[in-house]
Order: sequence, then structure tokens, then C-alpha cells
Amino acid sequence: MKHIQTIKTRNLCESAKNGGCGECQTSCQSACKTSCGIANQACENTQKETK
Amino acid sequence: MTHQYKLGGRNIVLDVCSGAVHVVDDAAYDMIALFEAHPKAEVLRMTAEKYAGDPEVTADELEECYSQIEALRDAGALFTPDTFEPMAGDLKAKTAGVVKALCLHVAHTCNLNCSYCFASQGKYHGERAVMSFEVGKRALDFLVENSGTRRNLEVDFFGGEPLLNFDVVKQLVAYARGIEKDAKKNFRFTLTTNGMLIDDDVIDFANREMHNVVLSLDGRKEIHDRFRVDYAGRGSWDTIVPKFQKLVEARGGKNYYIRGTFTHANPDFLRDIETMLDLGFTELSMEPVVCAADDPSALTQDDLPVVLRQYEELADLMIRRRKAGKPFTFYHYMIDLTAGPCIYKRISGCGSGTEYMAVTPWGDLYPCHQFVGDEAFRLGDIWHGVTNTAVQSEFAACNVYARPDCRDCWAKLYCSGGCAANAYHATGSVRGVYKYGCELFRKRMECAILAAVEAELGDDA
Repeated sequence: MKHIQTIKTRNLCESAKNGGCGECQTSCQSACKTSCGIANQACENTQKETK
Repeated sequence: MTHQYKLGGRNIVLDVCSGAVHVVDDAAYDMIALFEAHPKAEVLRMTAEKYAGDPEVTADELEECYSQIEALRDAGALFTPDTFEPMAGDLKAKTAGVVKALCLHVAHTCNLNCSYCFASQGKYHGERAVMSFEVGKRALDFLVENSGTRRNLEVDFFGGEPLLNFDVVKQLVAYARGIEKDAKKNFRFTLTTNGMLIDDDVIDFANREMHNVVLSLDGRKEIHDRFRVDYAGRGSWDTIVPKFQKLVEARGGKNYYIRGTFTHANPDFLRDIETMLDLGFTELSMEPVVCAADDPSALTQDDLPVVLRQYEELADLMIRRRKAGKPFTFYHYMIDLTAGPCIYKRISGCGSGTEYMAVTPWGDLYPCHQFVGDEAFRLGDIWHGVTNTAVQSEFAACNVYARPDCRDCWAKLYCSGGCAANAYHATGSVRGVYKYGCELFRKRMECAILAAVEAELGDDA
């Protein structure tokens, strides 16, 4: 019996390999604008790791 | 580090440092909680005792479950150690001096008189003013000159009410479009407006040129009109709602957000979300008010459980509507588990004061819009660049690991340390944390991940 189902996610440890290009959106989290946390951003790196 | 929670009928386990998300049964949930602190025999014994009355949870099943946990640990998907701290300053060091986003305060004035406004009715505790084309043009040049190899440049037209200076906004966009090709840049503009001055000209322009528009609406008419009034005290709901509907309809699917504020007057903000949906809007954001703790609109400790419950009910509404073919987006629940930011981004903190700055109508630079008006945080100006390097260094050194309160928080790789301005106002230090905001953020992340889990698993599990 399968007790654990794993959801598909980006592996953050792997993302260190080609990460840090800095092309992604600025993550202002100020609630008086529209707070944009890093969680709701997309990666804009064209060289990111392949799984 | 792991984080476990039960929500919406799911048992969810997050492996914080790998980013893995697991949906588990009850026995696995309990076993994972015991796994690191106890030897195998103890874990099996304690779990077996708890499920002694359940015929489906046999010794063999528990042994199998334990093996699955071990396999995930060995695959780097559970109990992954936090080894990221040495990388915390890397992204900012690598991009030092690069500015990629400006908040242009084109109008330090407003045609509404909202008492809860963090910017003192648009004036930022100073004189009323609008930005000239010359200042705005120099700000755009400053951005291009300091953006290095970064191609996408973000510019927010902000205020006050930016449409009070609409001619300059149009001129600045035209100027930017004229230089972006040769400069090998792509400007992404955002307009944040209270809607009072929206007309067909604004709609055409916004839908042609704005990457995103943020439309301020607090939801229910009585809630909106409580704060969002003109200088004669008249509510703005009746004026702006038809304008927003017209703009959104004409927008043809491009990005927009109906952005509301909830306060002590409406901690039950789900009703306001429902009003927005009833009005035909589907891209929604609802933010906690930003104000001093002694302001009558400030959220209280008594409001907190109400607000947390709203977030859970909102996740449930979102999941139900998606299944019913009537989906909507809640900005804080947008999470891309497979293509979100890399670890460098997640630990480097927000870009305020380094890659992101606010520009006043006079061309002064501040770390972000929330610091505008606080002279101690003035970084420099758009003609001479950043001259207050001491303050900038403070912001450059801000990251998840620079904040002691974030160190043991499971949500740190989802929030990156939170808002420096909120931290400063709550604690007197940009390296503090605004704990009330953290409580809300953690609940939002639990809900966002639940919604993502439901989207992937649906009714299968």
C-alpha cells in the first residue's frame, strides 16, 4: 500500500546548479502594493536544470 | 526541516529545503513526525500503539510505510538539511549595482481621501506634487543605465493616484517604447489606480501598454465606501465599479488585479471576495491593511483567528469553483511548484534598496515606496545615483539568514524574509519581522499548497 504521494515540484537543491540569473521579477512583498512573494513568481531562467 | 499540517481533508508534509510536497495517510503523517527523534523500533511501536484498533494498519504495513519514508529521505525529498546559508548573499553580490525595477511616484496627490492610506492620502507626509516628464524621463534613463544585462525592466506608475498625472504617464511610456529596442530592454509597466479617472482613453492606453493593472476595490459597497471616499466624504464604489468592469472586459485576458484591503472593519473579507466574483472579476487580491498599530483600522489579535479562517474558506471556495468550471485566481494562492524561483532567489530577500527603488516626484531615490518620506532612508537621486551607501548596504545585507526570526521558520523559502518596511515599522529594524504578517503568510502558504495539491490530485486521492 502506498502511504505517501509525492507532488511534482522543482528540486530546490538542484536549482542551485544553474540558478541565480536574476532575470525574475522583483519580489516586493509590501501589502500596500500587491504583495508579490517569491512563492507566486515564475522562474525566467532559460538555462534552468532539466529534470 | 519539515512542516506538517492537516487541511481540507489532506495530510500534507513539506520538505522545506528540497521543496518537496507529500500527501500522506494518517500513519505516515504520525511516523514522519516521530522519525528524526526516535529509533526505528520506537517509531514502529508508538505508531502501532496508536493504530491498534485499526485492522488495516498491520505491522507489515507500518514496516512498509517506514521504508517509504527512508526511501524519500535517501532520495533527498524528506529531512533535507539546510545547507543554503553560505549562498544567501550570492545573488545580490552577483547583481550588485543592477537596478531592474522602479516604482515611479508620478503623483503625490490623490482624488480620494482614504483614512487608512499608508501614504497619508498620497502625500507621503510631505507636500502634494506631481512628477514632471523631465524627472520621469531621467528616471527611465537611470533605470536603463543601471540595469546591466537585465532585459526585462519593471516600472510601476504609482501614487497617490497616478491618473492625476496621466499625460506624463503617456509621455513616459512613449519615451520608453522609443528607447527600449536600441537599449535591448523590454519595459513592463504596471498601473495602480483607484479608478476614479478611468475613461475610454485610459482603457485603450492601459490595455495597450500596461503589462498589469492593479485596480483598487475593497469588495462590498459598504466596506469599500467606509474608507474609500472623496474629499466630500462620498463613497467611490458606484463610480469605479462600472469603470473597472469596462476596463477588464476590454482587456482581453491581459493581466489585471482587483486589489482590496481588509481592515479591522472587515476581517471577514471572504464576503468581499465573493462580491468581486459576483461583479464578474476573476483575478483577485485582498491585502491586510498597512497602518500604525494604534490606527482604528488596524487588524487586532482578536481579528487574527477570523482572518485565518477566511483564508481556509477561501481555499475551499477556490477548489470548489475550479471543479465546477468557474475558476478564479487569488493572487496569494498562486504558486508554481514545478517552475517557481530558484534557491538563490528564495533566500536573497526582497530587492528593495538594491534592484528595486522608489522615485519621488522630485527624483529622490528610496529603498521602496514604503520608505518614501522618511529622510533617513533617502538613498540618493536619479541624477547622482545612490550616494547613501550605508543605507543601501543595510538593504543589500538583508536576506533570510540575516533575520534571526526566520531561521527556524518553515515558510522562509516561500517568503524570502518578508517585507523590510513592515519589519522596520514593527521592530525598528529592517532585519526584524512583522510577526502578525508572518502568521497570515504561513496560513496563505498552507492554503496555496493545498490548492496546488488539489489541482494535481483532484478527486484521485
